[in-house]
Amino acid sequence: MSPEVALPILIPLTAGALSMAFWRSRLMQRLIGIAGTAALLGVGIWLFVSVQSQGYVIMNAGGWAAPFGITLVADLLSAIMVVLTGIIGFAVALFSLPTIGRGHETFGYYPLLHLLLAGVAGAFLTGDIFNLYVWFEVMLLASFALLILGGERAQMEGAIKYVTLNLLSSVIFLSAIGLLYGLLGTLNMADIARRIALVEDNTLIDVIAVMFMISFGIKAAAFPLFFWLPAAFPLFFWLPAAYHTPPVAVSALFAGLLTKVGVYALFRVFTLMFNQSVDFTHEILLWGAGLTMITGVLGAAAQFEFRRILSFHIVSQIGYMMMGLALFTPLALVGGVFYILHHIIVKTNLFLISGVVYRLKGTHDLKRLGGVYKAWPLLGVLFLIPALSLAGVPPLSGFFAKFVLIRASIEAGHFTITVVALLVGLLTLYSMTKIWAEVFWKKAPEEEDASKAMAPVATRHLWLMLLPVVGLAACTVFIGLNGQLLYDVAEASAAQLLDPQAYIDAVLGEQP
Amino acid sequence: MEPVMAVVIGVIYATAIYMMLRRSIVKLVIGLILISNAANLLIFTVAGMTRDAPPLIPMNGDPLGDVIADPLPQALVLTAIVIAFGVLSFAVVLIRRAYQVVGVDDLDQMKDTDT
Repeated sequence: MSPEVALPILIPLTAGALSMAFWRSRLMQRLIGIAGTAALLGVGIWLFVSVQSQGYVIMNAGGWAAPFGITLVADLLSAIMVVLTGIIGFAVALFSLPTIGRGHETFGYYPLLHLLLAGVAGAFLTGDIFNLYVWFEVMLLASFALLILGGERAQMEGAIKYVTLNLLSSVIFLSAIGLLYGLLGTLNMADIARRIALVEDNTLIDVIAVMFMISFGIKAAAFPLFFWLPAAFPLFFWLPAAYHTPPVAVSALFAGLLTKVGVYALFRVFTLMFNQSVDFTHEILLWGAGLTMITGVLGAAAQFEFRRILSFHIVSQIGYMMMGLALFTPLALVGGVFYILHHIIVKTNLFLISGVVYRLKGTHDLKRLGGVYKAWPLLGVLFLIPALSLAGVPPLSGFFAKFVLIRASIEAGHFTITVVALLVGLLTLYSMTKIWAEVFWKKAPEEEDASKAMAPVATRHLWLMLLPVVGLAACTVFIGLNGQLLYDVAEASAAQLLDPQAYIDAVLGEQP
Repeated sequence: MEPVMAVVIGVIYATAIYMMLRRSIVKLVIGLILISNAANLLIFTVAGMTRDAPPLIPMNGDPLGDVIADPLPQALVLTAIVIAFGVLSFAVVLIRRAYQVVGVDDLDQMKDTDT
């Protein structure tokens, strides 16, 4: 028995149920919010340590042997993702204390937060494809509700698009599961991987693979294939549409984690199961990656709203992660895993900083912002760390991630994607400079209406808001300064991803 | 039976996608309802339809015969129905609230979030 595999799911579920029990007590809900996410982080680290020593940590739910019951499997990638879920959950819970208003808290913000984290952790840990669908839905339902808390017009409109596209992607996912089951007669991912290798005609498998790709691509907010022109508008733009409307703590959580669940699912499915016609599937992924990067970054360049710029950058960064998967060489996968690791921390941090700025200045509009550096120099420095890291300036974490990916693309001989990746890096720097110049550096524009100026924020609240920001910035610097340490982890994880046989043997037991 | 089901499922998918492409948010939700049912039918059909062979062990304890229906897709469909019910009831409430807030039943008018 390995309880650490089940605990990352059970702890948020319990915390959510407890917060429901204390529905009327905001204080208790806040305490449970902090304690629950901290416990999740603790268990995540425990899981990571035991995965590092054992390779795979497996638990069969209900004691049913592997292909028949639901299996929970943690390999290094899952463990890394669970640790990151813990870090982000904890940071967001801290940030919520001073920023989430009474209205949100009394309408169940904390229970939904825990439910969302449970769904995310479940998706990372399950070894059963149908169970993955169930965790996706748990996560989605919580995210739907979090998105519309508050009930403003923009939120409603964003939510309709978000709900529709996610339901559509779930239906595609479900149909693909059905077809796969009809073909192979199993749902356990290890068993699927074993049986796919025995199928002689790959045509149908490829079709199913593309269905999975579309479904996870929508969830990861990145899917500009050859039909991207008609499809791009909803597919791309659900992300910025949905992410700039809710409170900042919620958008930070979505930005950091939700799209990455889609990316994780792509990594899992296209290394373990659909690795038999790499020429076909991963070629599509590579094109998708390149187009995602370009469109995302160009979208960001055109925007003049703090959170929208950041949202479009998520799209372009997803492209980098997909690129790591699409190149499908050991080095590229290392880069992909490293990129996910770095991106989740940095992106959440940028969103939190946008929240702090909003709290101080009362707007997200770059044209109305200004002079933040002069008034709060510390905040300016804190912004520069993740911003430069996102653009890939050494010695911060983003530099190593981009460096590994670009090197892998050169070694694999895909020079087009190399050029695209470098160019997108440059444009990312441009966007970050734009935010820096407009928000922090230029003089604050004269407020024509003095009554619009924000009420001063209590210093105590400001420090509470800055606490998670400082923590995440410290993580970024730590990754940058200890690149080798994390590179080794990413390398071990990529090695596991490239060895599906070990995964199959670990889950099903040694087969004769 | 399977060819008939294949055609039926295809028609439901097509209808659902047609409905989702309409501008009215009510039709959008009808489309979502149809498409989730189409997916359920697909799972049910693709896993093989077996007549008159329920996967139940009789009272006298005889083991199952050679031909039985596969119980797993039925369990999957059941789970998927429950999930779809939850999500779709949320969607119905959402469009009602959206209609109250925005005041129109037309996706083309919902442009606050695009610029």
